[in-house]
Amino acid sequence: MLRDITIGQYYPADSVIHRLDPRTKLMGVLIYVVSLFVFRGLAGLAAVTAALAFVIWLSKVPFGYMVRGLKAIVIILVITVLFNLFLTPGEPLVEFFGLKITWEGLEHAAFMTVRLTYLILGSSLLTLTTTPNQLTDGMERALKPLNKIHVPVHEISMMMSIALRFIPILIEETDKIMRAQLARGADFESGNLIKKAKSMVPLLVPLFISAFRRANDLAMAMEARCYRGGDGRTKMKPLKYKRADVFSYLLIGGYFAVVILLRAYL
Amino acid sequence: MSIILDKVNYIYSEKTAYEIQALKNINLKIEDGEFIGIIGHTGSGKSTLIQHLNGLMRATYGGIYYNGQDIYDADYNCKELRSKVGLVFQYPEHQLFETTIFADVAFGPKNQGLSKKEAELKAFTALRSVGLKEDYWYRSPFELSGGQKRRAAIAGVLAMEPEVLVLDEPTAGLDPKGRDEIFDQVAKLHKERKITIILVSHSMEDVAKYVARLIVMNQGSILFDGTPKEVFAHYQELEAVGLAAPQVTYLMNDLRKRDILVEGSATTLEEAKTAILQAFQKKQN
Repeated sequence: MLRDITIGQYYPADSVIHRLDPRTKLMGVLIYVVSLFVFRGLAGLAAVTAALAFVIWLSKVPFGYMVRGLKAIVIILVITVLFNLFLTPGEPLVEFFGLKITWEGLEHAAFMTVRLTYLILGSSLLTLTTTPNQLTDGMERALKPLNKIHVPVHEISMMMSIALRFIPILIEETDKIMRAQLARGADFESGNLIKKAKSMVPLLVPLFISAFRRANDLAMAMEARCYRGGDGRTKMKPLKYKRADVFSYLLIGGYFAVVILLRAYL
Repeated sequence: MSIILDKVNYIYSEKTAYEIQALKNINLKIEDGEFIGIIGHTGSGKSTLIQHLNGLMRATYGGIYYNGQDIYDADYNCKELRSKVGLVFQYPEHQLFETTIFADVAFGPKNQGLSKKEAELKAFTALRSVGLKEDYWYRSPFELSGGQKRRAAIAGVLAMEPEVLVLDEPTAGLDPKGRDEIFDQVAKLHKERKITIILVSHSMEDVAKYVARLIVMNQGSILFDGTPKEVFAHYQELEAVGLAAPQVTYLMNDLRKRDILVEGSATTLEEAKTAILQAFQKKQN
């Protein structure tokens, strides 16, 4: 049922990518996303594809598992392709019913599909190889300079890690309540929109109650352990750059330079 | 009238890194009117097994037959099955959502397509049979204590008048008094309505006291299946898989080791009492 959602889920494996510092991975993804919108032409495409394929191969995450996460964006992809196909002005290729497909449109559509697909694959690689805790740790550390201008970085990252931590719990809870109500003959599927919305009440009321109860319990547990925010707080596992991270930064920089050079000179 | 499970296998998240086989080749026949206990430690597959009985979970391999009909047939009415096999989940009070207890109990019968009057009549009978006082019926679920909420939630399933009632740890988190009350009500239901009852529990004492047949689960398969006496005779094997026989079983074995020749293999307090008294009388004579 609901537990089949793969997007944003951690895939446990022992690979170079899994062991990298989360800050390195965050930076890598950021640069990769920028490069996706910078590259031009087939040479650029080759560079981007090679980089993605190399990292996927390193990460030991099965490709089929990653592709499943793409299902969520199929509709967006189709819409983008249609708009680009029909609405790009230029030299007409075929014409029917007053619609015309242009050569430029075809090119745009193809590149846009590639960009979006690579975008999802690349960024899902981050969450697939990094646990939510590492991810928020990395974010907190990377955004620390903002503390100087009074941005509550620690609080934000704490909220984020709690939210992330609770997603699977709430999904499981939803699943459980759904089963309990199904066992009492509830019907979540049939009927028109209003009936469907109404049938959600037996699911949502208990879910909200349990979310509040959990939030309460968590706040109590944090207070019992003297949590008082980020000032002077140390980490059990402080983030430290290793040799692999330095090497990765060099690779990322080199990759970005190649993409920019390809755009400028080809 | 029976439920038959034929080589049922269930695998969570098949073909991913999280793959777990929760049920392995389960063969089971549950007759009409039986009172069955299922025990096993956490993760042994108990909860997965009982969710197969009303079609909430679909076996990865294998078949299930309810009254001779294959429940995985394309034209089998799964909704009807769910009202025939009533399933009370762990912590059922978490499913309460209506403004009053009474309205919540009537939710099941209403889903069965009954009229308002009929549904209310069934809710009335169900609330009566779980022994919840009338003062509580029209209150919000949040005003009730844990034990009372639990009863209301059990009534919510009973109101659908199932032929088979499955209870998953119905007494988890209740105090001893609340626990005994719930178990007594369940035993009474079995006696009066003659419905099949399947009780999932951790507590050997409780299970031994009430059920006529005991199924022990371990790592997704059935380890033992028999009367409590037969099953608890294997107490050494039970210990090996992290379970234990009721305390009295150990007491009786200890007595025998010390040459107090108690007869039989008592599993409940009452039986132990009789056996010990008999043994002492014999000694005196």
